[in-house]
Formats: sequence, structure tokens, C-alpha cells
Amino acid sequence: MSASLTIYLDHAATTPLSEAARAAMAPYLDERFGNASSAHAPGREARKGVDEARERVAAAVGARPDEIVFTSGGTEADNLAIKGAAWHAREQGRDGIVVTAIEHHAVLDPSRWLARQGFRVREVGVDEHGVVRLDALAAAVDDKTALVSVMWANNEVGTIQPVAEAARIAHDAGAVFHTDAVQAVPWLNVEAGIADLLTIAAHKHGGPKGVGALVVRRGVKIQPLLHGGGQEREVRSGTYNVAGIVGFGAAAEETALHRNVWASAVGPLRDRLQRHLSERIPGVRVNGHPAERLPNNLHVCIEGIDGEPLILLLDAAGVAASQGSACSSGAAEPSYVLAALGVPRDLARGTLRLTLGRGTTEVEIDRAAEAIVDGVARLRR
Amino acid sequence: MKVLVAMSGGVDSSVAAAIVARDGHDVTGVHMKLSSYATSSESDGRVHGCCTVEAADDARRVAQVLDIPFYVWNLTEEFSRGVLDDFVSEYAGGRTPNPCVRCNETVKFGALLERGRAAGFDAVATGHYAVSRFEGDTWRMYRSADHAKDQSYVLSTIGQEALSFARFPIGAQTKDETRALARSLKLRTADKPDSYEICFVPDGDAAGFVERFAEPGSIPAGEIVDADGTVLGGHGGVHRYTVGQRRGLGLGLAEKRYVVEVDATANRVIVGTGELLARGGLEAGRVTWFGEAPSGGTTATVQIRAHGAAIPATLEAVDPDRTIVRFAQPQRGIAPGQLVAFYDGDEVLGGGTITRSLR
Repeated sequence: MSASLTIYLDHAATTPLSEAARAAMAPYLDERFGNASSAHAPGREARKGVDEARERVAAAVGARPDEIVFTSGGTEADNLAIKGAAWHAREQGRDGIVVTAIEHHAVLDPSRWLARQGFRVREVGVDEHGVVRLDALAAAVDDKTALVSVMWANNEVGTIQPVAEAARIAHDAGAVFHTDAVQAVPWLNVEAGIADLLTIAAHKHGGPKGVGALVVRRGVKIQPLLHGGGQEREVRSGTYNVAGIVGFGAAAEETALHRNVWASAVGPLRDRLQRHLSERIPGVRVNGHPAERLPNNLHVCIEGIDGEPLILLLDAAGVAASQGSACSSGAAEPSYVLAALGVPRDLARGTLRLTLGRGTTEVEIDRAAEAIVDGVARLRR
Repeated sequence: MKVLVAMSGGVDSSVAAAIVARDGHDVTGVHMKLSSYATSSESDGRVHGCCTVEAADDARRVAQVLDIPFYVWNLTEEFSRGVLDDFVSEYAGGRTPNPCVRCNETVKFGALLERGRAAGFDAVATGHYAVSRFEGDTWRMYRSADHAKDQSYVLSTIGQEALSFARFPIGAQTKDETRALARSLKLRTADKPDSYEICFVPDGDAAGFVERFAEPGSIPAGEIVDADGTVLGGHGGVHRYTVGQRRGLGLGLAEKRYVVEVDATANRVIVGTGELLARGGLEAGRVTWFGEAPSGGTTATVQIRAHGAAIPATLEAVDPDRTIVRFAQPQRGIAPGQLVAFYDGDEVLGGGTITRSLR
């Protein structure tokens, strides 16, 4: 099955490069090869591409251009936020880090790494829909808290978090507030202004892989992870990934312009898929918040089956889906997100995450539903 | 035929996949993640060995070269339940388990086979050196032609049902032929060294593994005694001893002493001279036959350790939990917990777990 014939329902993993991004990048893969830090015409040309992209990315999330720090992607931006803010705050005598139990590994693992270096790390639980418990969050924060990190929307179950309230709790304690908005930017009107630090990844919304940004609100101080040439106002050294950044800018602009329309189109398709599965497969449980959920996300547990052979059957039938979490070898991991939601371990084995894209069609949804119904029936036989 | 190939990342299963693909079957590769990975930067002290990210990477790269779909499946829980728990409790019970046998029974030809079947595959292929053939109305298993590499011993308990579904594409060839084929196909696993140790105990310290996983205090220290019950010294837990063992007894005696019995109930290790090890037979439990269970007095050969000799014996299957083996000549070092495989010439009749030795 070639990729072009595949019904691709794994947009939370990555998305195809948009035409706008590809077109914007093309000259920078060719004649505009300059180093954006160089003091000559080719350098200036490259720098112009970077700075225009900076404005576009900033505009897409309601930030100022000088608040954008380009990184190699979401993981680096999360690491920069967590470690950078923690290291800076330690100099101010703050050593507490508060995160939710369902953060992406790119937030959880740096936090746990910092815990081994003496930081106090609290992981706050969520309710059965995957919404952070704000009372528990407030209880976990104290006047020594350096950083609070609550994702805008969860990458597995799609639940949208009350980030404005969480930010207020952090700010009341004098702590820095970070939010990983990687999954939110493609579908929601993300306003960076509510947070001190905000993570974006280009490839989740039509941009290229290998580029992202941390939005650092003016006045917020963080320590760099990468020292060197002093790019990005000394916060992130490294030669600019010019073509990637330019593609990111184009994709961000396009996304900000169209995402409301795309979101209102994708929601009914997701609901259609959910109806298909709920009505035709006994024992389907839909995870995440019924309403406050990314419009392209359908995350289900199917009783009595293993997710891995279902993924194989769907793959063979030309449907690309996921279980939502994987380890370094590529095997599915028992999901800590589902565990945090209180989903029984046995049920969590039969996990399927279907994430639609802006190009997903009704015909694809119906064919995918057919394949899922068939696959489940076969595995249950 | 739709064939699922279990790809460990080693040369044998790589070539098995290549052969099935060459024969024109619809092949899918699966690498089983069997235990928690320890990465170089953040070693968690858990299991290393076969189940490394590198092994998964090797398997994936071979699948890419062969142009077959490839998946990594997480069978950690099945492996933990079926193999690791058994390994620990058997040692704690004074027996000497064979985890590869349990893995074949419960994971490769258990959970993986069931999943493959459910997903519509017609067969599961592995890189084992053993031969299976459909003869008349039944599947039969034979030793590999390469007796030095023959793995029929550790497959002897999988049973007719699993055997009918299993394929051993490299089973009839030699290891040299396997490597030559891997090289000619430019598979990157062609020159990977053979593995001999237990995959989850790469340092060879089975006792240490048992101690890390057993309930604290469940394997107490006790006494080492001779056949008369005279206390000769102390032991640090029955799991450290295997029948026939001579080293590491720490008794400081002039005469050689061997472990002749591990009595977990009394928490005693009984030692004696080499003659005391000789046994006229054994009893096996958990016995599986590929065909009919033999009636009393059937002449056969038995193998009681991996790569051990074929020992002439008579068999009597009393019931599924009890088969009595009488050796033609007394044998030494019959360790309860180990596998006994039954053969008629090169044909594997079945296998079971040694429950006790008979005088």
C-alpha cells in the first residue's frame, strides 16, 4: 500500500507538508542558501526569510516577533522551557516544578531528570476526562514553585486543559507558567499571552519536521540548553535552519488564517467516525472530554482486543492509525495517560487513536470505519 | 500464504524472513519487545540482553531491506507472566528452570501465535534450527541436520496445535549456510555473534536476577548438609544451587562434593560425592506429546540438557502430569525444573519438565 492511497488518520503524529510551506521553502533549499548570521547579501537574504517567518509564527499565536525562539522542534522547546526556567529560578531560590500527570514525555522526562538533581517535582492528577484537577494544582504550588507546566491539549486523548486558570494559579504564586501547545495550534485559537512560555512544533500543522519554537514572553528569563554562536538572543545557539523556519512560518500563517474553518469541518467528521464505531462495535469506550476535546481527535478503548494487531490489520487495509504512545523501539507502551484517567489496564490494551486532518474526507471516514469494524470482528473471532 | 515472522534482530530470524519472502509468501515481520529497555544514558538496572533498542533497530533494517511490513509488538506482560515469574519462582522452589522453553510455550508459540492467528495469518515463522513436516495427517518435528545448532530440544513442548502453525524456514540448513545467505543478501545482521546466555541475564548471574525480582525475604539462607544430615556449611538461598553443581559451595573440603539435591521445603542443600549423582531414571510433569502418548516400555532416547547427548531410555506416559523415564545407563546431574525432550531417532516425540530423579 503506497502512502498516497493510505487513509491517514494519524495527524497527531505528524501532518503532510502543506503546499504553502513547500513553496515558501523551495528557494531556501536552492539559491537562497546563505547563513542567516552572515554579514553579506546571501546572509541577509536568509536572515530576511527567518525574520519574516518569525513574524508569521508570532502572529499565529498572538505573540511579538522578539518573543519567538526557534528550536529543532517541540521536544527541544519543552526541554528549553522546563530546564531553562528551572535553572534560572534556582538562582532566585525557587526549586519547585509542578506538571500534570498527562504531559508529553518531552515535559515529564526533563522534570523527572531535574527531580534527580534536587528539584521538587509534583505531578498533578486529572479527572476521568483528562482535565487537570485545578484544586490539586493549586495545592501543589507554593511560594518556592519555579515553574508550572500544563499542556494546552493532550496528545493522546485530545482533552483541552483550563490553561488560563492554571496560569493564574501559577502567577498567584509568582511562578512561571509553561504550556505545550503543540497539539492545540493546528485547531484552536492559541493566544500565547496567557503563558510565559509556550511550545509549538511546525510539523503538526503542515510545516516541516525538525523545527519548532518556544514563545518566551518579554521579561521572562530562562537559561539556554545550547551554548555557542549566541543566536536567538543567546537563548538558543546554532546555525539557523533557514528553510525549515521559513516553512514553519508559512504553515503557521496558513493555519492561523484557516484553522477555525478547518476545525468546524473536521469536528463533524470526527463525530461521524465516533458514531460509526460506537454504534457498530460493542464495548467501545471513548476517552477524553466529551466536549472540551480537540475536534480532530477520537481516542477509543475497545474491549477484548489488543491494539497492536488491530493497527497491523488497519495498516494492511490502508488505514494509518496509532495507539497514541510508543517507546524508543516502536512498541506501544501501556499508556500513562489512560492510567491517569483511571482506565483499567486490561481495557487500555485495546487502544486506538484516530486523528483526522484538514484534508480528511467523509469517504475516508466511512472506509476507515469499515476497516476498523472488520478488524475488531476478526480479532474477536 | 500470509506469514508472520518473529524477528529478534539476530541473523537466524533475519534469514528466516528472507527465505519466506523469497518463496513468494505475503510476509510481515514482528519484533517482540519482551522486557523494559535500558538505554545507555538512563540505565534503570532492568533487563538488557536480547531486548535492546539495537535489536529492534536491526530487525527493522532487515525488514526494510527485504521490503516487508514491520511492527514492534509489546509482549512485555506476557513475557513477565509466562517467563520471568516462572524463572524466579522455580529457582526459589529449588528447581532449575529453562526460560527459553517457557518463552517458546507462552510467548513465541503462545501469545504471538494467537495474535498472528487472530490477525489472519496462516503461519508464524521463526529462526529456529528444527525441522517440521506434515506427514499423513499430522505435523512432526525433527532435529535440525546441523546437530550442533539443533534447537528441537527447546521446542519439544509446544504441542501439535502450535507446530501445525509454526514454520522453521532455516531449520534444515547449517549456521554457516544461514550466515552465507545473510551475507549474500547484504543483511546487516549477517555477522552478529551467536547468543548463548539467557537473554534477560546477559551477565550470566541468574542468582542475582532472582534476588532482584523475588519477594524480599522469600529465599532465606540455610544449611548445606551431607547425605547423613551432617551440617557442612551454610547457603545463601536455594536458588544459588543446581543439582550436579560443584563450584561455589564454599565448604573447604579436601574431597570433591557435588550438589545432589536441593530441598527447598527444608531449605537445605544436600551435597555428596559424584557417585551419589547417578540416577536410573526420572519423572517428568507438564508433558506435551506431538502425537500419541507412548504406552509403557516404549524405547526411545531422551535429552536432559540443551545440546546434551541422546540417552537411550524407556518411556511410560502414566498420565499427562507424569511420564516415567528409565535410562539404559545411569545418568548424572538430573536437575528438577530442567526440560526433558523425548526422541525417536531424529523425531521429537514431545517434552516435559523434570519433576524428580529416580534411583
